[in-house]
Amino acid sequence: MVHSSTLPGRLFRAANAFFLLALALLCLFPLVNVLAVSFSSSTAASAGMVKLWPVGFNLASYRFVLQKPEFMRALFISLERVSLGTAVNMLLTVTLAYPLAKESVKFRGRTFYVWFFVLTMLVSGGLIPWYMVIKSAGLLDSIWALILPGAVNVYNAVLLLNFFRGLPKELEEAAFVDGAGHWTILWRIFVPLSMPALATLILFTMVGHWNSWFDGMILMNTPEHYPLQSYLQTVVISHDLSLVTMSDASSLAEVSDRTMKSAQIFLAALPILCVYPFLQRFFIKGVVLGSVKE
Amino acid sequence: MTGKRLKREYPLHLLVLPSFVLALLFSYGPIFGLVLAFKDFSVVKGFGRSPWNGFDNFDYMFQLPDIWQVVGNTVYISAMKIVAGLIVPITVALLLNEVTKNVFKRWVQTLIYLPHFLSWIILGGILIDILSPTSGIVNQFLGVFGVKPIFFLGSNAWFPGVLVASDVWKEFGFSTIVYLAALTGINPALYEAAVIDGATRWKQTLHITLPGMTPVIVLLATLSLGNVLNAGFDQVFNLYSAQVYDSGDIIDTLVYRLGIEQAQYSLATAVGLMKSGVSVLLISSSYYLAYRLANYRIF
Repeated sequence: MVHSSTLPGRLFRAANAFFLLALALLCLFPLVNVLAVSFSSSTAASAGMVKLWPVGFNLASYRFVLQKPEFMRALFISLERVSLGTAVNMLLTVTLAYPLAKESVKFRGRTFYVWFFVLTMLVSGGLIPWYMVIKSAGLLDSIWALILPGAVNVYNAVLLLNFFRGLPKELEEAAFVDGAGHWTILWRIFVPLSMPALATLILFTMVGHWNSWFDGMILMNTPEHYPLQSYLQTVVISHDLSLVTMSDASSLAEVSDRTMKSAQIFLAALPILCVYPFLQRFFIKGVVLGSVKE
Repeated sequence: MTGKRLKREYPLHLLVLPSFVLALLFSYGPIFGLVLAFKDFSVVKGFGRSPWNGFDNFDYMFQLPDIWQVVGNTVYISAMKIVAGLIVPITVALLLNEVTKNVFKRWVQTLIYLPHFLSWIILGGILIDILSPTSGIVNQFLGVFGVKPIFFLGSNAWFPGVLVASDVWKEFGFSTIVYLAALTGINPALYEAAVIDGATRWKQTLHITLPGMTPVIVLLATLSLGNVLNAGFDQVFNLYSAQVYDSGDIIDTLVYRLGIEQAQYSLATAVGLMKSGVSVLLISSSYYLAYRLANYRIF
């Protein structure tokens, strides 16, 4: 690319850099504000004195939250969900993508399966029938209710399928000649060669499981079984605003422990904050992966 | 011959089997469960023995006092989101493309796509806090200019705007990167040739960069058509309250309240079925359009 060094050109670039910087900070400020509140004294927080830096710095809210049994229990359920859910999801994605990556000539059932799975992306039964099915499957209140219903991710399988198709056919043919079966070829050739694509999908699946809250809220009968985000939904986001008048609502927001809520919000965002910078490297590939076809 | 093929192909069927069973149960099961919409379901009688009642649930649905308000809200909010969600990322991608310092560019990219990965629980919690009429930092900032505190999440005049703005805030960074990825595919020789012909940066943007992005823009715009009835349940549910039902209640939140809170299963299923039906039409035609206009295929 060629850039002009004229005065208007330089002026534009300076203004542009300034604008983009402001935009980036705009994305960051709300989070910094919440972080600052979480480290502030509750009086300073209630008085609305906290901007982007803690006022009356202390760790009381974190100490309180990390000792709260409900919070820790929800955190462990979330960790269980992320590890178990990601493992199940990825296993199914890999085993689904491999046969569907075959050509229809080599796998006669392919066309039927493709339609079968693509239809699930287009049509859905909606909330109530979905709930009823999980209920009659006897999964309510069990961790499997959070894992099995969403375990088949057709979109991810399609991304991986396209990646599989890009791998050299000769490798597979050579392995067949040497007497390897489909199972061996999948795990010894396809999976190791697809590590970049798989890493993308694994990270996205983990983030997805960590962030899910609705299923936990609906499918768990007791709050003791809520994963972290569902638990936060009940704690941080109050629905009872409908029952109070406006002046009540605003004073309610203050007497409720604002610093404690902020600390919980930040703790729930922390794993994502640690992981997401690494996603960039992968996900551009992932996005391109899905869009480019021969 | 058939036996030989079966022997060769059965491992492939076995590999599909677990996904097949799960999809049959959890994706097709609820689709068949849609018959609930034509029944007078009661928990006591159960699924099989609840009596059929034809289109009664649908009649009742259209008599709900605010049903058209809710449909209107849904379409209005999602249409605004789609338009804003196209314009903002395209603009930012074009601006980022003008940045020469790669380190700066990478930092900006990393910061602006941060909210995409946070859930609406986290973002909802943050928004409720910063938009609070008394202690929120936004109203404090506006107070400096003498603006009276605004109850953003409690006023029908502001609520849809907050939904659209916060949705753009969450998603524009991520979409920007998709558009930037499209920009890297443009042949640099085009720019060199344009410079020799005396084109300014603005002319280059207009005649090389934008046309280079057009396929991706067309693709994302058509695919988003399928989402017209999805105004964003996660977001609305975590931000709204009864005060803003007039402007913020959408189909999905109505279904939730009817079905889960009030246990009117059949009625909620009927509303959901109407939505699914229209959505299928929208999604199929958006895929068809994407195929015709951008040569996009799912497989």
